[in-house]
Amino acid sequence: MTVALEVKGVNKRFGGLQALNDVNLLVDEGRIHAIIGPNGAGKSTLLNCFVGKLKPDSGTVLFNGQNLIGRLPHQINQAGVSRVFQTPEIFSDLTVLENVMIPALAHRDGIFELNALRPLRRETDIRTKAVDVLEDLGMEDKLDMTAASMSRGDKRRLEMAMGLVQEPKLLLLDEPTAGMSRADTNNTIDVLKHIGDSRGITMIIIEHDMHVVFSLADKISVLAQGTVIAEDIPQNIKGNPKVQEAYLGGAH
Amino acid sequence: MLGLNRNDFLMLLFVFVLVAAAPIFLNPFPEGSTFAQFNAGYPDLMQRFLIFGIFAIGFNILFGLTGYLSFGHAAFLGAGSYAGVWMLKLLTINVIPAIVVSTIVAGVFSLMIGYISLRRSGIYFSILTLAFAQMSFALAASVLTPITGGETGLQTTLSDPRILDGAAAGTGNIPAPSLFGLEMGHSWKVAVGDWLWTFNVGYYLCAFVLMIVFYISIRIFRSPFGMMLKAIKSNNERLSYTGISPRPYTLAAFVISGMYAGLAGGLMVSMDPLAGAERMQWTASGEVVLMTILGGVGTVVGPVLGAGIIKYFENIFSKINDGLLEQWFAFMPDGLADFMVTIVHPFVGKGWHLSLGLMFMLVVIFLPGGLVGGVTGLFRRLFRRRSH
Ligand SMILES: Nc1ncnc2c1ncn2[C@@H]1O[C@H](COP(=O)(O)OP(=O)(O)OP(=O)(O)O)[C@@H](O)[C@H]1O
Ligand SMILES: [Mg+2]
Repeated sequence: MTVALEVKGVNKRFGGLQALNDVNLLVDEGRIHAIIGPNGAGKSTLLNCFVGKLKPDSGTVLFNGQNLIGRLPHQINQAGVSRVFQTPEIFSDLTVLENVMIPALAHRDGIFELNALRPLRRETDIRTKAVDVLEDLGMEDKLDMTAASMSRGDKRRLEMAMGLVQEPKLLLLDEPTAGMSRADTNNTIDVLKHIGDSRGITMIIIEHDMHVVFSLADKISVLAQGTVIAEDIPQNIKGNPKVQEAYLGGAH
Repeated sequence: MLGLNRNDFLMLLFVFVLVAAAPIFLNPFPEGSTFAQFNAGYPDLMQRFLIFGIFAIGFNILFGLTGYLSFGHAAFLGAGSYAGVWMLKLLTINVIPAIVVSTIVAGVFSLMIGYISLRRSGIYFSILTLAFAQMSFALAASVLTPITGGETGLQTTLSDPRILDGAAAGTGNIPAPSLFGLEMGHSWKVAVGDWLWTFNVGYYLCAFVLMIVFYISIRIFRSPFGMMLKAIKSNNERLSYTGISPRPYTLAAFVISGMYAGLAGGLMVSMDPLAGAERMQWTASGEVVLMTILGGVGTVVGPVLGAGIIKYFENIFSKINDGLLEQWFAFMPDGLADFMVTIVHPFVGKGWHLSLGLMFMLVVIFLPGGLVGGVTGLFRRLFRRRSH
């Protein structure tokens, strides 16, 4: 089994708060790896260290053997890492279709392309690709809607389409089903499962919804107060006393 | 057609007709009639409509698409003007090299200023561009006098070397710029009944250039590049997590708009071969911001309209004096006429800024999309109501 992402000794401190404490993680290629943990455990912070939004105080993040630390967000994306944010990050003023065509163009043309006189209408391949992904997510009837006018769940699905259209090697999903209806959540599970199986995309998924986690995850890491307290296959996580304590302890 | 969709092509056609026929419909009132004062069909005024239209079209590519508000674009217009005059002095009185070189010089200049200013965004970016432009203005007026002519400005003279064509014809000491011998100032006057129409060579050269750069701007708006610029305005940070480096895109937009400004400067000196430092001052930079916002930020045709309206106010409203007002209201009883003159007086003549300011406020408050945005919004609403 090849390792897609290897996280070694990552530390991150915000003032007096140790948000990440010597985090180690091994994510296998082509697998879905879930990260769970109570609110404020440092899950999003960890993803921020992967995509160049934050620079950890120490540690390395190796993606296919290359260190991602110190590289710029667009370079990391071009290396094949796409991210779906916890609070939807979309181009609100643009249409749904445009939102998905942008990452598709970035995937094809790279970080910069001065194609100022080529009509967008002639980008039929890019358009088809974007429409296909939106269809997979059940959004084909919303192509020309302004992204800002959509529901929270739809914004999430849109952002997922933005990630998927890039055919990334590694897809990072931060609570992809939060704010979605039950039906949409199930649909999302199906889509992610299908994509995981058919295209072999490695995924890291942060989720509070255990139904989603246990439907998808090949492996689960549990984070509590910045520390990985368990990393195992789903069946073993449920019965792990440390995990139960972290969740129950967090509730008090 | 021309790589445009139907709507854009119709708009291009509309602007073409507007520009081509402007000498006719900008003179709607017969010579000598009461309202002849409102006629705007004079070559130098119409040239200004188009030149500032070009300036605003370019500015809109930066501000309208990326949202980066430059307060220093007059510096590029000024740089283009100086470069243009130098071409007319050193090379030839033919305007083509002047126009081409002014565009290139402004492009290089904006590459330097843009490269530094774009390290910041938002208000800091605006302040940086403002600082650079004021610096350019101050330098042009003082230490750069050998290049810029200082406070008197730079102008052509009959004794300039002009290595390609030597001496040039002209009235007094100022040679007349021309296009292969056809003088920019040359006009054909056509009288139809009481109406007088002036068709001017310089105006139609400006019109030709405007049509080309307007077309290019539509193409930019509808290109993948243009979409990236809109994405920068919408969510700059997200774009970098999408694998795009926003900086080269904004810099390209900055340079393109700088080149439009330089082109406007080059045309300006081709019409009237004189360049002064005040052309770089912040008021001139602010003016193009007003034009763009008034017409409609981020709309394709808005800036042209905004430029036309502001130049019309500046040149026509400013000429209405009390004598004229009294003439207009003469049909009223004495007391009422005096009253009307008193009421209208602050809004015209030297008070034209007041009318413009009020209009600007109304547009910004009630039509956030500018005049063009407002009109399209209205049409859309009417259309939707009908389709229901
Ligand atoms: N940029 C920042 N500056 C200061 N503190 C931060 C910053 N980002 C996160 N934190 C803090 O770090 C801790 C971990 O935050 P993080 O967002 O990673 O948690 P999380 O596990 O994603 O939680 P949730 O499930 O609520 O999304 C929190 O206490 C948070 O307040
Ligand atoms: Mg989080």
